[in-house]
Amino acid sequence: MASQHASSSTAARADALLALWRTMTLVRQAELALVKLFADSEVPGFIHLSIGQEAISAGVASALLAQDTLATNHRGHGHVLARGMDLHGFFKEIMGRAGGLCQGRGGSMHVADLRLGILGANGIVGAGIPIALGSALAHSVRRTEGVAVAFFGDGAMAEGVLHETLNMAALWKMPLLMVCENNGWSEFSPTSRQFAAPLQALAAAFGLAYRKVDGNDALAVAEAAGAAALAARSGGGAQVLECITHRVRGHYEGDPQKYREAAELEGVSEHDPLRQARSALLAMGLEEAALQQEAAAIEQRIEAAVAAARADALPTFESALADVYTPGVQA
Amino acid sequence: MSAAPKELRYAQAVSQALHDAMAADERVIVLGEDVAAAGGSFKATRGLLEAHGADRVRDTPISEASIVSAAVGAALTGLKPVVEIMFMDFITLAMDALVNQAAKARFMFGGQGSVPMVLRTPHGGGLSAGPQHSQCLEAWLAHVPGLKVVCPSNPQDAYSLLRAAIDDPDPVVFVEHKGLYARKGMVDTGERAAIGQARTVRPGRDVTLVSYGATVATCLQAAEQLAGEGVEAEVLDLRSIQPWDKAAVLASLARTHRMVVVHEAVRDFGVGAEIVATVMAEGFDELDAPVLRVAAPFMPAPFATSLEQGYAIHADAVLQAVRQTL
Repeated sequence: MASQHASSSTAARADALLALWRTMTLVRQAELALVKLFADSEVPGFIHLSIGQEAISAGVASALLAQDTLATNHRGHGHVLARGMDLHGFFKEIMGRAGGLCQGRGGSMHVADLRLGILGANGIVGAGIPIALGSALAHSVRRTEGVAVAFFGDGAMAEGVLHETLNMAALWKMPLLMVCENNGWSEFSPTSRQFAAPLQALAAAFGLAYRKVDGNDALAVAEAAGAAALAARSGGGAQVLECITHRVRGHYEGDPQKYREAAELEGVSEHDPLRQARSALLAMGLEEAALQQEAAAIEQRIEAAVAAARADALPTFESALADVYTPGVQA
Repeated sequence: MSAAPKELRYAQAVSQALHDAMAADERVIVLGEDVAAAGGSFKATRGLLEAHGADRVRDTPISEASIVSAAVGAALTGLKPVVEIMFMDFITLAMDALVNQAAKARFMFGGQGSVPMVLRTPHGGGLSAGPQHSQCLEAWLAHVPGLKVVCPSNPQDAYSLLRAAIDDPDPVVFVEHKGLYARKGMVDTGERAAIGQARTVRPGRDVTLVSYGATVATCLQAAEQLAGEGVEAEVLDLRSIQPWDKAAVLASLARTHRMVVVHEAVRDFGVGAEIVATVMAEGFDELDAPVLRVAAPFMPAPFATSLEQGYAIHADAVLQAVRQTL
């Protein structure tokens, strides 16, 4: 649903924040479940967690309509869950099971659900950005009134495709929402040592609308994303939304982060988006017990999805071999 | 729909196929550098803008990586994009889009969808275009699971294979040859080709010449000369490199018992190596002589006319190879 928070009443703000809190809780608990599954070697490969960045996933997802599409990156669990990805399909995929949304061929870095307009997480930094541009082009040519969203981290600012996409999106006035989750880190290096210019300057160079928002404040993200999506949808061209946040965990799960100073993470918990949303909800008059009850119900849904994934079969090799090309045509 | 066959140049056959595909299916769009107003570097997209409008025939900036990636995103969102990359050498800039995105989306998303896009691009020498505008890089792409690669040798195939490539649900790289653009031939727009099917261009009993693209004509020249010496060479045009028509190649070998593979790309680790290895493994009992390859030397394509002549594949080299096998 398009966000209308800016001008809404206190009660409406409470409703909106509660919905965002629910989404953020789902994302947080799903990733906390993954932490444990990964530690117990129940997840093959490696995973990149977005703990602490949930407000961006929830806020942007709240601005999207059914026909919209999104391309995300290696740290994309939050984006796809907030968009409504089936929890069972999600866990089965990441745990490498036959019932996974991608039949166990993609894993954490490639979760996709084309029915929800999720054009995939991506293992190549920045690669989803021009894919979203092409999706926006399709919306434009097909007149779907859809918006394509490109989620990327600040590390992707150094990739050429970002600059090419900014140019084409501006030239063609594409219905594209470019969402940068700026957590300050490009894998193992601070982005301040990786990239010379602020994103705002890049957007300005191409004449694109730019918004900057506290990426830990879910309502603020929802409002900014709502305004940007509306502008993109109604012919305003591509929009850049920079969300400032923190990367609470390592580049990948298990990363010892020896390159980070302890002081950098001091005070991060005070900015935790879930903690902030919870305090605000209580201040708005919601009952603590009600929130706890909802959180417990979400946890149960996740436990059920994990249990179903454990019970699911492993994918057969033949099933994978059959899908290199589309079956039924010459190959 | 089908009109009487007419004579078209190879480049015109390409634009006719694009025009007809766009008229038949509104999901087909054309993207690329100078494809719209300028009608393409080799004029293969001339007239499309006027016929189908700027929304569907779009000039892009010089941004190969993002153009091809955008085609992937557009294909995943319901369009059938046809991208032109001005020279095959420039696919180097779009390899992430081709190799990591287009080729793998269907597989890594568990068969949820496919990527119905075509990348058209010219390869090959003969224009003194130098080391960065003359390469034949098709073997790179044929090596990537998920991509299909076709290479027509004449105007009819340029038309029929391009229609087939646009109709195909998977990403297809459509390799044209710069030296063939002006070549004329009869084109029946009602004719369809199947990707993966070779064509016997000339039947013969003594040796099989397997080729594709511009060197099919070189093989025919050699075959004419051999016929004068009483040697009947069968010439097989692969047309499709990935998948390639193994059955047709093995069946021809079973008739002739000798084989030479001819292509313009450099020999080492090339398309010919795959064919020879397969023939050795699956057709060994049919062989009366080693299978030979005629292909470019392992060097970049040179610029000077005299150097490029030395680099190019001539009928003489094919004759020499055939004589070695007899």
